[in-house]
Amino acid sequence: MEITTRALWTLIHGMGFGELYLLACSGALVELYRFLFPGRVAEVGPGSEQFLRVYLISMAVVAWGAVLTGAYVVYPWYRAAAPAGTVDLAMYPQKLLMAHTSTSGWHSLGMEWKEHVAWFAPISITMAAFVFLRYGADLKHHKQLRAAVMTFVVASFLSAGAAGFFGAMINKYAPVEGGATIHLMQGEAK
Amino acid sequence: MSDTVRITNGSGVAAVLAAGVGSAALGVLAFAGDKSAAMKAMLNWYTPTGALSGVTTAAIIVWLVVWVLLELAWKGKTVAVGRLTTVALILLLVGFLLTFPPIVDLI
Repeated sequence: MEITTRALWTLIHGMGFGELYLLACSGALVELYRFLFPGRVAEVGPGSEQFLRVYLISMAVVAWGAVLTGAYVVYPWYRAAAPAGTVDLAMYPQKLLMAHTSTSGWHSLGMEWKEHVAWFAPISITMAAFVFLRYGADLKHHKQLRAAVMTFVVASFLSAGAAGFFGAMINKYAPVEGGATIHLMQGEAK
Repeated sequence: MSDTVRITNGSGVAAVLAAGVGSAALGVLAFAGDKSAAMKAMLNWYTPTGALSGVTTAAIIVWLVVWVLLELAWKGKTVAVGRLTTVALILLLVGFLLTFPPIVDLI
């Protein structure tokens, strides 16, 4: 069993940061709702405020990790220019997608949107983390402010979801390949 | 939890509005890079990543600068939260729309 370094970085970007962020988003929305709308659901415990502070900061770190590894590690491999006359485009995912009308949309719509929309997530969650750190429990007194923060958190979830969906599909049709091979374990002989 | 308001809304609204401005800046720069070859070249700050490097870095700079300025101006003050958060959400929507390729192609 082995994996290439480029595939490993893609894994770190997509599964390590991207999917973790999406999973964390659902938890953040529930926790924020529980915390900011007391009375509608069961009362939150005394440690909830501190927990949510750490949780939101961690989410911001994960969101920045996702976009930075995507833009500066994986994306350059994805958009690498193929030398003139290259027939096998396996090492040039963007060119591979664009070479066929049946897959070109994954780049022209998918990647063109994904590469930008993903950045709404770290901007939004960083703002939400800051506001929660600044206001904490007092945020329950600021109805319009907390509604705006919740809307930005939902927007970050949607943008990360769109980026994650297109990232997974693009990697299915034109995976980023190459680099050194890392041997993970020896398989059994047939 | 105390039932009295202890913190003015200025700091929070500054953060929300700055996030809206940063989001709109991201959309506007992505749109400009898509529509203008000169702009695309100007936004190519790191060749391996192409114009995406300039689009996102410039948007982050705009976001952070606006945030710092608004924080300095509004910290400790009470501002028109309803109007300003509505503006922030509209800017967020503008950012989203200007990054969506079918919308960009229509304009």
